[in-house]
Amino acid sequence: MQARQWVITVMAGVAGFAVAAVAIAFAVTARQPGHSGIASIGGPFTLVDDAGAQVTDKTLAGKPYAIYFGYTYCPEVCPTTLFDLSRWIKKLGPDADKLNYVFVTVDPERDTAKLMHAYLSSFDKHIRGFTGTPAQIAKIASEYRVYYKKIPTSDGSYVMDHSSMIYLMDARENFDAIIPYQENDASAVAKLKSLASQAPTS
Amino acid sequence: MRTLSQLVFMAALIGAASAAFAQGGDNAKINVEQKITVQEPWARATPAGAMSGAAYMTLANKTSTADRLTGASSDVAVKVQIHEMKVVNGVMQMREVTGGLAIPAGGSVTLKPGSYHVMLTGLKKPLVAGQSIPLTLTFAKAGNISVTVPVQAMGATGGNGGMSGMGGAQQDKGGGMGKMEMK
Repeated sequence: MQARQWVITVMAGVAGFAVAAVAIAFAVTARQPGHSGIASIGGPFTLVDDAGAQVTDKTLAGKPYAIYFGYTYCPEVCPTTLFDLSRWIKKLGPDADKLNYVFVTVDPERDTAKLMHAYLSSFDKHIRGFTGTPAQIAKIASEYRVYYKKIPTSDGSYVMDHSSMIYLMDARENFDAIIPYQENDASAVAKLKSLASQAPTS
Repeated sequence: MRTLSQLVFMAALIGAASAAFAQGGDNAKINVEQKITVQEPWARATPAGAMSGAAYMTLANKTSTADRLTGASSDVAVKVQIHEMKVVNGVMQMREVTGGLAIPAGGSVTLKPGSYHVMLTGLKKPLVAGQSIPLTLTFAKAGNISVTVPVQAMGATGGNGGMSGMGGAQQDKGGGMGKMEMK
């Protein structure tokens, strides 16, 4: 009996170490530097924009971009973030056009291109909406290390848990910085200005 | 002496009963409002096409017994639930409050952005700043309380205070939500 308990303890310990090792390896990989940031954030995708046109990562190429993942049924965080982003875009002035701004849904089952288009009409016109099939959304979310999960509610519907930060990516699709939820205006605008300054000048 | 005290007792009973009768009947709301008060309710304007919105308020319990907000309803939404929102390690989490939101005896609970809110789902039309919406709150003990909830602009944080840096308070009235004014 005692020997068996000892074996179980050792096995549990080994398992624990394995989990920790994988976690550390993952964390280290996530921080591999690329040209100017974290190479392993971002990647190729194929989605549909809010006008109904197919878009890929190449659609964004050539300009740095701000990319945010949320959903239109979101009662608070998403409208607040898009509202804040709209205000920051205004504050950028002429620099605003040097960047692309994308709102990607994590709720493709409900967020059609048409609904996203109507939703985004309430925010700055620079912000585009991307949706796709659940598989396409899963792919881009995984590439951007965005966490999202459907949480059922008692009425048979659901809400979404999701990462709440805006990712800033440079023109070569390398990670530049994040803007956390409810960042203050000065800091957020400084990050966007810095990103705009990296835009190709041609 | 005994008959006199009985008479007094009877009179007291009749008085109490008639007072209770006057209070009950069709005016249970007045009775309720003495127990729980709904202070400074407000809702946020929603973007075009949005199917959900949130309402906020302070619920004060002036009684010596705890109560619970167990549900709500509104003509403007198909369903109304009580939710709690949190941002944990950068992940927004929203959870339905199960079993009702406790309002301690003699205490209060504030529903506000980043915390508890009344979640309106299946909005029949957008919530427009400057308008107001009806909301009926259901409490375990106090029963139903109906309030009129003014809709504030999208970046609003309630009242005149609010979080600095949000810039929400400066958005006085957004007008129609088709397009909003931004500084």
